[in-house]
Amino acid sequence: MAIDSREIILKGILEHKPKSITTLPDLNFSKGSGEGLHKFIASASFNGSKVYRISGLTELRKYVRENFSSSDKILTTIAALNDIAKQAEFSEQDDPHDLEDVDLTILKAQLGVAENGALWLTEELLGHRVLPFITQHLILILNENEIVSSMNDAYQKIGDQDYNYGVFISGPSKTADIEQSLVIGAHGARSLGIFMMQEN
Amino acid sequence: MKDHAALADIFNRDEERVSWHDDTLWFVREKRDKVSKDIEDWEQLRNAASQIKDNVLSALDRYLIQFEKNALKNGVIVHWAADALEHNRIVLSLLKKAEVKSMVKSKSMLTEECHLNEFLIENGIEVIDTDLGERIVQLANEAPSHIVLPCIHKKKEEIGEIFHEFLGTPKGLSDPQQLTEAARQDLREKFLTRKAALTGVNFAIAETGEFVVCTNEGNADMGAHLADIHIASMGFEKIIPERKHLGVFLRLLARSATGQPITTYSSHFKRPLKNKEIHIVIVDNGRTIQLGREDFRNSLKCIRCGACMNTCPVYRRSGGHSYHTAIAGPIGSILAPNLDMEKYKDLPFASTLCGSCTNVCPVKIDIHQQLYKWRQVIVQSGYTDTSKTIAMKGMAFTLSSSRIFDFAGKSMRLTLKYIPFAINNQLNPWYKNREMPEVPKESFKKWYHQNRKNGN
Ligand code: SF4
Repeated sequence: MAIDSREIILKGILEHKPKSITTLPDLNFSKGSGEGLHKFIASASFNGSKVYRISGLTELRKYVRENFSSSDKILTTIAALNDIAKQAEFSEQDDPHDLEDVDLTILKAQLGVAENGALWLTEELLGHRVLPFITQHLILILNENEIVSSMNDAYQKIGDQDYNYGVFISGPSKTADIEQSLVIGAHGARSLGIFMMQEN
Repeated sequence: MKDHAALADIFNRDEERVSWHDDTLWFVREKRDKVSKDIEDWEQLRNAASQIKDNVLSALDRYLIQFEKNALKNGVIVHWAADALEHNRIVLSLLKKAEVKSMVKSKSMLTEECHLNEFLIENGIEVIDTDLGERIVQLANEAPSHIVLPCIHKKKEEIGEIFHEFLGTPKGLSDPQQLTEAARQDLREKFLTRKAALTGVNFAIAETGEFVVCTNEGNADMGAHLADIHIASMGFEKIIPERKHLGVFLRLLARSATGQPITTYSSHFKRPLKNKEIHIVIVDNGRTIQLGREDFRNSLKCIRCGACMNTCPVYRRSGGHSYHTAIAGPIGSILAPNLDMEKYKDLPFASTLCGSCTNVCPVKIDIHQQLYKWRQVIVQSGYTDTSKTIAMKGMAFTLSSSRIFDFAGKSMRLTLKYIPFAINNQLNPWYKNREMPEVPKESFKKWYHQNRKNGN
């Protein structure tokens, strides 16, 4: 006779859990700091991101040309940048392992969070899920009007958005596992540049 | 088997290391204090987190069923494991079915609790830990000594030695930056060639069937997105009701753990990629029993931030390995006796009951009170060493009678003054490693009478 662990676990919980159900708290206590933009820049810089305020993509192009060479493999999901980067398009047949030599990836974030400098991206903005991790360097473009004050506000904005995969990225990958000394560039991107623009 | 005190003795032989360990963890605790003060509503956040987790425990079966239903709808495969062995067998069978001989794994304290690595290796499967700290202890053939900082007990020179032996770095190299780079290069090759990845789960959301994994290094994502099969192991208490509750927990977790405002990556896995699989293994392994222990059930609210370890004066000076269990420190000392009271009977005594753990816990678990309660359960169940039991019985007898207490106090004062070795001996477990107080010249009672007389 097969033992059904699912039934046993659920029955055990039913027998052992507290007798009455307690209520969920109201989450509207969060006031948030109010000043979004400057707090965001401060938080992102604290996390090791480099923040640039630009008036248009021309400045981003200039930055990329100055800091990367023409032989570097640069991918983007932003159509307007096809003069400096290849479009990251994947079909089921493509092998994500081919991305192992990507030098720079440029993506657009949906929103930024002032209290911690994190940016929210969902799968359709990534090209492939592994791209923002496997790339050596990452640039994220953020509309300054899409900054919210706290994580609480961020989830209010995300609401019941449907996605296959979503991620908050708050800086370059890092570790402090060796004697608590901070090292930037663990397994993910070695740097994160955040380019902020005003778009309506 | 050595108990906490004996293992702490071994750790304490190297005084310099103890001071360094102590200072380093205190430094992390201070970082936590600093970022938590940046948040105006910190205490309200802790209250909210605690209330959400209380609600979860009170309707856990419902949330798990809801989570399963939604996860299945999302194309994720759900498994249930009553204990560690069943968890390990499920993982093994999934790997066998996928014909995988080697797997990358990001941090998962649950797999430490289940001793998954040993089990898979015995069954011919290679496991590569990819969190840098876990990789280091794995190469050193040790267990993590801290749930968030797995190799906090190791000095960089020792790590340099390990890397020299296993990764071929130059002898004597001890620069953290260069050592990390060597691990990055080595593990990148592993990420690119392994077909299976196992990750932990920080939060699983009943409402949507998605789950969230938090890392700083990006190793969970590197493994999961490149593999054909992603296995996520979770203790059943990881469930939270709704997506919006992440707004509470993600604000608390990294701030409490390392003093960062958030981890670098907070990844939300909802559906697998086309032609790939995501499996979730929901594990009980003693949690149902803990849920039924009214005094200890809210230890299941733990989000594994490690703050209670960083602040604990005993943990900081005895090291994680002295707890001889996967989850060390104050919270581990509550969880372990639930699994095996006899084996872990020493752990609730490895505390000063100062309450610092309770003060920092982001989900407001009454940690030190539970430790105190475990002591009573353990003594009542007859699990203490004989010397401690005799001494405790004597104490209970003394405290229950004021006349005898007076007499005992007087004789204690004389004993401390004239024959301190009678207290400082091997039969008295309380004296060990403790400075006994200076002898007061008179008892409080005597002093009180004297002064009242004089005062009035
Ligand atoms: S008991 Fe509290 S402080 Fe300790 S690890 Fe768990 S959540 Fe963190």
